[in-house]
Amino acid sequence: MSRPQKRVVRLRVNGEDHELAVSPHETLLEALRYGLRLTGSKQGCDKGDCGACTVRLDGAPVLSCLTLALEAEGREVVTIEGLARGAALDPVQAAFDECGALQCGFCQSGMMISARALLDRTPSPTLGEIKEALSGNLCRCTGYTKILEAVQVAAGQCRPGEGPVGDGLGRRRT
Amino acid sequence: MRTPSRTRVIGTRRRKVDSVQKATGQAIYADDLQLPRMLHAKILRSPHPHARIRSIDFSECLALPGVVAVLRGEEMPVRYGIIPWTEDEQALAVDKVRYVGDEVACVAALDELTAQEALEKIRVDYEPLPALLSVDEARRSETRIHEGSKHGNVSKHVDLAFGDVDLELSRSAVVVEEDFYYEGSTHAPIEPHCAVAQLDGDGNLTVWSSTQIPHYLHRALAKVLGLPERRIRVIQPFLGGAFGGKSDPFALEFCVAKLAQKTGRPVKILYTREEVFYAHRGRHPMKMRFRVGTDREGKITAVDSKIDIDGGAYSSFGLVTAYYSGQLLTGPYRFPSYRFDSTRWFTNKPCCGPKRGHGSVQPRFGFEVALDLCAERLGLDPIEIRRRNFIGEDVVTVNGQRIGSNGFERCLDAVERASGWKERYGRLPPGRGLGVAGSMYISGTAYPIYPNEMPQTGVQVKLDRSGRVTVFSGASDIGQGSNSVPAYVLAEELGCCPEDVVCVAADTDLTPVDLGAYSSRVTYMLGLACLEAAQRLRAQLAAAVAAHFGVPEGAVEGELGSWREPGGRAISFQEAVKLAEAKFGTLGATGSYRTQKLGGDYRGGTIGASPAYSFTAHVAEVAVDEETGRIAVEKLWVAHDCGRALNPCLVEGQMEGSAYMGYAEALFEEQGYDGRGLHRGPSLLDYRIPTTLDTPDLQALVVESIDPNGPYGAKEAGEGPLHPAIPAISNAVWRAVGIRLTELPFTPAKVLRLLRERDAQRRPAAGGG
Repeated sequence: MSRPQKRVVRLRVNGEDHELAVSPHETLLEALRYGLRLTGSKQGCDKGDCGACTVRLDGAPVLSCLTLALEAEGREVVTIEGLARGAALDPVQAAFDECGALQCGFCQSGMMISARALLDRTPSPTLGEIKEALSGNLCRCTGYTKILEAVQVAAGQCRPGEGPVGDGLGRRRT
Repeated sequence: MRTPSRTRVIGTRRRKVDSVQKATGQAIYADDLQLPRMLHAKILRSPHPHARIRSIDFSECLALPGVVAVLRGEEMPVRYGIIPWTEDEQALAVDKVRYVGDEVACVAALDELTAQEALEKIRVDYEPLPALLSVDEARRSETRIHEGSKHGNVSKHVDLAFGDVDLELSRSAVVVEEDFYYEGSTHAPIEPHCAVAQLDGDGNLTVWSSTQIPHYLHRALAKVLGLPERRIRVIQPFLGGAFGGKSDPFALEFCVAKLAQKTGRPVKILYTREEVFYAHRGRHPMKMRFRVGTDREGKITAVDSKIDIDGGAYSSFGLVTAYYSGQLLTGPYRFPSYRFDSTRWFTNKPCCGPKRGHGSVQPRFGFEVALDLCAERLGLDPIEIRRRNFIGEDVVTVNGQRIGSNGFERCLDAVERASGWKERYGRLPPGRGLGVAGSMYISGTAYPIYPNEMPQTGVQVKLDRSGRVTVFSGASDIGQGSNSVPAYVLAEELGCCPEDVVCVAADTDLTPVDLGAYSSRVTYMLGLACLEAAQRLRAQLAAAVAAHFGVPEGAVEGELGSWREPGGRAISFQEAVKLAEAKFGTLGATGSYRTQKLGGDYRGGTIGASPAYSFTAHVAEVAVDEETGRIAVEKLWVAHDCGRALNPCLVEGQMEGSAYMGYAEALFEEQGYDGRGLHRGPSLLDYRIPTTLDTPDLQALVVESIDPNGPYGAKEAGEGPLHPAIPAISNAVWRAVGIRLTELPFTPAKVLRLLRERDAQRRPAAGGG
């Protein structure tokens, strides 16, 4: 089988410009992880089920395992490595740390990217809105409780150890 | 050790030592490793559930540009297995495949895509054999899955009796007899299995693997590769979840190691999500019949179980699974007599193994529902019947397990109070109900998997004039926080801050042996090992500081970064270390832990024997939609006796994660196969692990019984809190709509069928017949 020729793609990742030769079928996740060595975005399923690969593309959370690297040409990509502002953690990262929301940590890069995108859009979300926004990010360790709390802490709605607070709206029946 | 009331670090909510690395994406997991000249390999898997391999032809595969090496079973024929008495696995099949997905051959290429293409060019000539896809088929068939088996397709049979069960049952006021079925489930950690191997110029091999048991992997690699253990280094990088699913040695670890030897280049294998579902080693399907007798007051008189366990194609931990299916049921209630008869069978399906709550989640489900049936017959409140049967503290169970601390009654009190049970039980609107269940679990096992007299865990602690404390720990942090436990213990004892402790972990070249993250052993055993080392160093620090101030050694105390004497003078922790280093020379200490001999005096009596037991109670609140058959679990209250919460935040996290996983098994998850042995849905969405929207509110209620033997009184929290979720939900559904769910998972179809049966029984027989 002959391989299609690689093409050069210009990616703007975490505010820095990169030029990278990628195959047409190469995903944004592969380009980030294996091309740019930004391994903070994780591959849990490689088919859009788990959300561990979530990055922001022009602000919107997307599954980088279902996004071709070529589709990101000229667009703004933010990964977990770009969430902190300089040496200071993003409030979402700090809250995940303080609330014990990070167990194995593997799903959390994507989880925190989704949480940041939510809070940029909706600075004071309801518990139901938080659940909805994170429903594409699977976590196997925490039962989500401390993750929900951490997002509320980042939003200034409660303190570590107090949450999650609220009505639980948005629960889907099985 | 400080008394619990005087601790400064232990018992407080603390960050984990490594969570900022995880929060920033800096933590390196196995697949994040990229080494110069690294090859990528892929494993060819069997499309047949049972077949003989006549021949394998690699010629087309080897001709593909980019293919560097291939591997066949004959190159690594040595049999291995996690239990030394049941070594029945080979890295790649030599003559036979035993399940769809069994490993047949391996290819290393310049990149992953080429390796994948190359797999399609390997020609395997199979002779299909009869496939045994259920316990009944395995029992009846003349076909043997393992030719050498002595007893047909039986993997392990355990039959143990304590007291006269038949006599007790014949004298019981109530005898409940009920069948239960637990369909299998799998761990589904979000990180797929991954391993990387590298050979250095001296022939030393390094294997990085997403394993939760580096020590056993180390031993298995040495055995299969025929290398001395001292030539192999196993490193566990950050691990993306495990839950028991990364306990066995897996084909990928042997393959990368052998290919690194063959090619002289680093080699990586990353399983696809589909491969993870087939690699499995998850919770066993169990078909269970329980007979439970009680007297008129609801006190248990006898428990009798017969269990068929579907083990899949290999033994794995199956010997232990068969024992655990009976041995771990004898608390938190007193059983005057008990018998269990458990048989694990080989079938042509992916191999089952240990999943969180190994071997005991399934019988706990059956028993706790049966106990509810007893309460129903007697007209007793379900919490009350559990209180009446409480076994107590400092007792020996019917099967010879010694229980020390026991906070189960307080767990019942906690869930009763938090759920408003007294006011609400039996008074909720139609379709809604509350249910309760309890459980017990081990905090480590008394014996190592291979018999030896050496420590089960060990640490080395180094500190120097920088004020930095380094602990070398063999334990495997799989997200539960075992790299943080040493920081809390050392900070408490040495007077430094937890942030001043760095933990080097799970690297067989650098760290002492630890037996791995299984059986809920780590906090208990590692904590005690850390305490032993810390107390040696603390004595040196105290002596040096006391001499400096000219006061008695007992008068000085270290606390969160400083050491002080009663008069108010203080020096920093770093100054204290400098004084100690000047006085005693280079500072360092080791600590280790090994259990005493425990357990009953009979064959198998040590299996299930633990230095301490944890206890849990759950109350579930459910709403059942009779139109659709859907169950909504509104809330789970989880009370767990963890002995002492070294860090309450982490204990709650374990309780919430456990309850979530039990809930998931109750309502969603099913590791099922079709008639050809194919997994019915080997993806995270088809298998249906719950999302934020599916997961109920979980409330963790920490109960502390201060175990006399655990570190600061601690016991386990990682596995016990899963058990009661499933029976509590089943029992709540009974209160809600009057049906008894006895088969997992509780799908709408099963609920609707039982509702129809309920209605048929309630309605007078329709005339006209």
